Amino acid sequence: MDQVKHNNLDLAEIREKLAGMKGQAYWRGLEEIAETEEFQEWLGEEFPNRETLLQLDRREFLKVMGASLALAGVAGCRYLPQEKIVPYIKAPEEVVAGKPLEFASAMPWCGYAKGVLVTSREGRPIKIDGNPTHPSTLGSSDIWMQASILDLYDPDRSKNTMKDGAIAPLEDFLKEARESLTAALPAPGSVGAAGAAPVRILAETITSPTLVAQLSALAKKYPGAQVHHFEPAGPHNALGGAHLAFGRDVDIIYHFDKASVILALDGDFLQVMPGSVRYARDWADRRRVRKSKMEMNRLYAVESTPTLTGANADHRLPLRAGDVDAFTRAVAAGLGVSGMIGSVPAGADADAFLQATVADLKSAGTGALVVPGDNQSPAVHALAHAMNAALGAVGSTVTYIEPAHADLSGQAVAPGDPFASLKALVTDMQAGQVKMLLILGGNPVFTAPADILLPEALSKVPVRAHLGSHEDETSAACNWHIPESHYLEAWGDLRAYDGTATIVQPLIAPLYESHSAIELVAALADKPDTGYNLVRSYWQAAQSVTSTALARTWEKWLNDGLIAGTASQSLTVTANAGAIPAAGANAGATPPVPASGFEAIEVIFRPDPNIRDGRFINNGWLQEIPKAISKLTWDNAVLVSATMAERLHLANNVNVTIKLKGRKLIAPVWITPGHPDNSVTVYYGYGRTKTGQVGSQKGFNGYVIRTSDAPDFASGGEIGEAPGSMRLVSQQMQQTMEGREPVRVRSIKDYGAKPEYPKAEDDEGAGNEESEKSDLFKTPQEYDIWAKEGKAHEYAWGMAIDLNVCIGCNACSMACQAENNIPVVGKEQVANGRHMNWIRVDRYYAGKNLVNPEIVFQPVPCMHCEKAPCEPVCPVAATVHSHEGLNMMIYNRCVGTRYCSNNCPYKVRRFNFYNYANHHEIPVLKLLNNPEVTVRGRGVMEKCTYCVQRINRARIEAKIANNSEGAPIKLVGMKDANGKTVNESTPGVLITACQQACPTKAISFGDIHLDNEVKQWKSEPANYDLLGELNTKPRTSYLAKLRNPNPALEPATANAGSVAAAGSAGSVSEAGTKAE
Amino acid sequence: MALTQEKLIGGRQTYQTLTDKIADIVLFNSKHPLSWYLTLGAAFMLLQGMMMTVTYLLYLGVGIWGINQPVGWGLDILNFVWWIGIGHAGTLISAILLLMRQQWRTSINRFAEAMTLFAVSCAGVYPLLHTGRPWVAYWLMPIGPNVLGMWPQFRSPLVWDVFAVTTYLTVSALFWFTGLIPDLATLRDKAGNKAAKVLFGMLAMGWRGSATHWLRYETAYLILASLSAPLVLSVHTIVSFDFAVSIIPGWHTTIFPPYFVAGAVYAGFAMVLLLAIPVRAMYGLKDLITMRHIDWMAKVTLATGLVVFYGYCTEVFYGWYSGNTFEWFMIMNRMTGPYAPLYWSLILCNGVVPQFFWSKRVRHNIPAVFVVSLIVSIGMWLERFIIIPSSLHRDFLPSSWGIYTPSLWDWGMFLGTIGQFVFLMFLFVRFVPVIAIAEMKDLLHRSQDHHGDHAATPIQATADGPALVD
Repeated sequence: MDQVKHNNLDLAEIREKLAGMKGQAYWRGLEEIAETEEFQEWLGEEFPNRETLLQLDRREFLKVMGASLALAGVAGCRYLPQEKIVPYIKAPEEVVAGKPLEFASAMPWCGYAKGVLVTSREGRPIKIDGNPTHPSTLGSSDIWMQASILDLYDPDRSKNTMKDGAIAPLEDFLKEARESLTAALPAPGSVGAAGAAPVRILAETITSPTLVAQLSALAKKYPGAQVHHFEPAGPHNALGGAHLAFGRDVDIIYHFDKASVILALDGDFLQVMPGSVRYARDWADRRRVRKSKMEMNRLYAVESTPTLTGANADHRLPLRAGDVDAFTRAVAAGLGVSGMIGSVPAGADADAFLQATVADLKSAGTGALVVPGDNQSPAVHALAHAMNAALGAVGSTVTYIEPAHADLSGQAVAPGDPFASLKALVTDMQAGQVKMLLILGGNPVFTAPADILLPEALSKVPVRAHLGSHEDETSAACNWHIPESHYLEAWGDLRAYDGTATIVQPLIAPLYESHSAIELVAALADKPDTGYNLVRSYWQAAQSVTSTALARTWEKWLNDGLIAGTASQSLTVTANAGAIPAAGANAGATPPVPASGFEAIEVIFRPDPNIRDGRFINNGWLQEIPKAISKLTWDNAVLVSATMAERLHLANNVNVTIKLKGRKLIAPVWITPGHPDNSVTVYYGYGRTKTGQVGSQKGFNGYVIRTSDAPDFASGGEIGEAPGSMRLVSQQMQQTMEGREPVRVRSIKDYGAKPEYPKAEDDEGAGNEESEKSDLFKTPQEYDIWAKEGKAHEYAWGMAIDLNVCIGCNACSMACQAENNIPVVGKEQVANGRHMNWIRVDRYYAGKNLVNPEIVFQPVPCMHCEKAPCEPVCPVAATVHSHEGLNMMIYNRCVGTRYCSNNCPYKVRRFNFYNYANHHEIPVLKLLNNPEVTVRGRGVMEKCTYCVQRINRARIEAKIANNSEGAPIKLVGMKDANGKTVNESTPGVLITACQQACPTKAISFGDIHLDNEVKQWKSEPANYDLLGELNTKPRTSYLAKLRNPNPALEPATANAGSVAAAGSAGSVSEAGTKAE
Repeated sequence: MALTQEKLIGGRQTYQTLTDKIADIVLFNSKHPLSWYLTLGAAFMLLQGMMMTVTYLLYLGVGIWGINQPVGWGLDILNFVWWIGIGHAGTLISAILLLMRQQWRTSINRFAEAMTLFAVSCAGVYPLLHTGRPWVAYWLMPIGPNVLGMWPQFRSPLVWDVFAVTTYLTVSALFWFTGLIPDLATLRDKAGNKAAKVLFGMLAMGWRGSATHWLRYETAYLILASLSAPLVLSVHTIVSFDFAVSIIPGWHTTIFPPYFVAGAVYAGFAMVLLLAIPVRAMYGLKDLITMRHIDWMAKVTLATGLVVFYGYCTEVFYGWYSGNTFEWFMIMNRMTGPYAPLYWSLILCNGVVPQFFWSKRVRHNIPAVFVVSLIVSIGMWLERFIIIPSSLHRDFLPSSWGIYTPSLWDWGMFLGTIGQFVFLMFLFVRFVPVIAIAEMKDLLHRSQDHHGDHAATPIQATADGPALVD
């Protein structure tokens, strides 16, 4: 059939058409003129719509990318320009094939910037790390920064502007929108628009100065256009607290580098705040104990849901979220905040905790810091401000600045109601006053509190548009959906937690027909322009740069990844303790009597630890990386305490019914030691109904019982039985150390008195018992072939991990995944123990009880044992030792007997049971791969390589820089040629991916003999080998974890923790924690 | 001695009756029982199941099995070790008992040798298919640097395994075939069918029964026996090194080589009993595989079973005596961990049940012997389960502990090899003399000599003969 059609050109007709053409007509072939079906098809294929990009293979992609770079530079290039395409004959400037380039940019987090450095390979961004010059990250990163690269290449991103489910041109939307805007123009003769504004824009937290200026201009031009604000899991309580205490919006900056005693009030400052990456570093810097510096800060944490902050605290007090208020008031009273009376919940330990904390904070004075959590009420925040003021901490450990975010709605933090702006919008929509609604990012239909009936209200708006990266619940409820560009695809700008502005610099042309918010708003305002021009002209004006100087200044801004001097001005504000409402919001209400078979509880709502409010649900990396505390993957759960589980006969995975204010949720439970009793945590963000293939059918929707009056925690809930269960998958099945001591924990006091102490008790020949042992039982650490060979130095690579500052955040694990092309295996495979993380973070519960156990973390990469048990058992020599001490894995040689893995005492080897890295079906994911690292096929063993590709690149760079073979590689802690100490951000320095990502700098890598950081670390008395008694001689070693307990609280809470929160203290059988 | 020998052949036998009894099965002169067809059919079905499993395995990868991190070896290696163990009795009976002049071996050696071959072939399936990339599994062979660019890694016990198992298979096959030659000649001579005559004639390699032939035959047979004898010890010793060489608690044990060899003989004898009992019933060979044989095999089973049980006790003792946290935990985990039911079943199967063989009444009760042999075979399978997955699933770092559950494909593969084994065994029974005719005649000859009776008089059953012959 095709054959026949193909030859069916009617030449006579063609001649006729040609004759009829006017002017100079170009035609591509006879088919064009004949306008045959084939030609039309061909035309379609030649200029593919976005769908077919997925079918591009890497080679074609590079060709295309190269061409577009060459033509247009990185800026504003399009995929397939209509113009002439040239191949890569002359490479664009800067691009050297095989050499990665790094560009500074910023990633949005709750609207705030996290400064990033993006590694690009021949035009493909492949890795995100922190920008060392940026105050928010200092070169470190977190799991979301690392995983955001996967979002860029997510094959489920929306690709086309859609109207009612069909592809439609954006111009049509702009036309519709402008018509609506015209209606929002001031009526002739009147000053403002009459009645309610007919055009609304719903935005999440905005810090982008360009967007703020645009929206303000838009609202000015069209008085009938109004901006609303909604952030489902933002710092609304912090803002409410600031309003309470100061009567105005402020942003709060903590200076953990100056804090010696810290009290965290039910909040996780180590991980989830916009400044957390920086905070973690500052906090850890005060905990880094060395022979020369035997001191560390002390962290008290009062918390409900166990978080990283609580796990890393020296003293942790589990309290129900509702009780934190009273406890805070008691602390405030102790610190002399006027008019405060508070009482601690029953329990002598809580009282002791209170007394000790108050005394310690007082003695620390300006070095004290009280940090309220985002989930606590505005009153707690306001109290924290008052306490910090009373302690003299303001100006020292805490400062207040002009907010980096803009409140365009004027209602973002209406006192007492964080969702006032959204509610006002919904009311107007329901009243039919809104003619057009533009939702700028986010997924409010899914994330709105259950009592705000957004979907119903939306149906009353004639024109409703959604700008979003994925088609989701909100786009389904809108008639227009416009794909939103990823931050690596579009120009923009953002402010960091301290106000510092960064130009968001794209690394790649939009993969699909997507737009950024600023481009869309500009087009709406009838001034369409490229994002590049918009941002550039805004900053030229804002910084008063002359046109001539702009080129250079602009380049510097981009190069540095920030605009110097844009940090917000600090404010002098005084906390007004008198404005803080009296206690009793929770205490006064009589809890309703629960129905029979139900028990009264408090319900705590938290965004999921990994996928947050649901926005990262389609990100396979974030789904599979275990949640820091529970180690769950791919699902959310209802966390319950061990005591409650025992009382209600609950087991992991079993469903429960949770009733709250007439709403009901059925969800599986996960028993969480350290969770307060009579309280459950519901993680929201999962249970999406419309999302990509990774996120669909995962977890349950916690939003269904989260209402706007109690978005963070609510009393008056009930828990009861429910039929069925769900299979939750934890990456780690065993929760305790079983009397072994893989993680050695000591108090700093003991350590200072006897630094050898971190050696395990069964370490043969260690410590002062050494002389008593015969040679037979000595761990033979003495011989060292590298030291004794006496020839020119060869590197002896080694790693040290400082458990004392490791916070367990998984950033190392995620960075490793990005660097080393580690595939995602899915829930079923994780359930079967087949996860692929080359560096995993083990989490152990320790201590004597389940009510408040100690929680410790231990990242475990390959140990690169000098006497590696994996090597002699491989029948085909696929794993061998390099002369530099690397335990190497030769994928091509591996036949997959798995004997090496069996014989690895650390179980750090990972096996490709299936063809996990098979991206044939989703070619766009191939773009993600690091070309320096082999993608492993099925049946092959793999494991941590100490980032051997980075070692070799550093070797080559050193050779080129010094023009000599064997030139020294720059290692952290080394003195360079100029006598300057090399650090992580020195150009050309050799650092592993995990080391680079670690927010607390808990990982050091280098040569174990040369004078560099890793050798210094390894010479600390706290240094120990994991399972050193097996004589594997691991090259990776650990520095023992130290705690700094308050002597006043020893021994009651130093190890065993407190039992205050539990209504019924007492020992719960350990079996309760075992998830098997 | 005389007493012993006369009980080794029951009924009234002449050279002719012996030849007929055995050769008729092969030459189809008697009707094959229906049960033969049924069993063969069932085994064939299982074999087809294995073909499906293998196809799926090659298509998708070893992920279809239940193995994981930390349990890298599951039913694959478990079954390999189990089959290899079963394969031991053949050579032991053939070679070692031959060298020790134990004539009672005669009626069961052919059978046991075949069992060895087929068990080893079943075992051989696993090391090949358990690799992640079976298409390059030949890299384990010492094909040499001229072809592959490098040798295998000789420090790995898996390479020793390859040598040990292939050598064992080769020598066993040669030994088996050598022993068959006189019988093949007998079949050639007896066959009425032309095609069978040609086939058996070719296989008999021109055997004419001359004294020179006999001399060379006996010499070759003895030499092969001497070669095979150390293999009995070496193969399972080397298989045990797969575990003993590693550092995993529960594997890293010096007791493994003798303990594995004893276990192999134990399992092998149980399997010979398990197969001999139905076959002798099916083909009326009760005069040739007598109660005396069964009694003695039961005794060997008991003796080796005691050695194995001693091994279990020693493991527990050293777990405690070593004072090593990991070792002691491993023992406690076996006894109380998730696989504790399997451990205690193992103790029951291999420690308690074989003790019934102390009783002569049990040894002489065919159903009882059959049941005990079955239990022993299961016990030995459990032993490998306890050694392999249960040692791996909880080793040094608690964070890495896991659990292993075999998948349906694991079981499919296991049932498939059982099908393969039974299928081959039944083909063997049909096409090859199950009992060495020539050796039986020799035995008959010797027993007659000892009795000093008239040459033509068939052996009379002794007083307790009929009872023995059941």
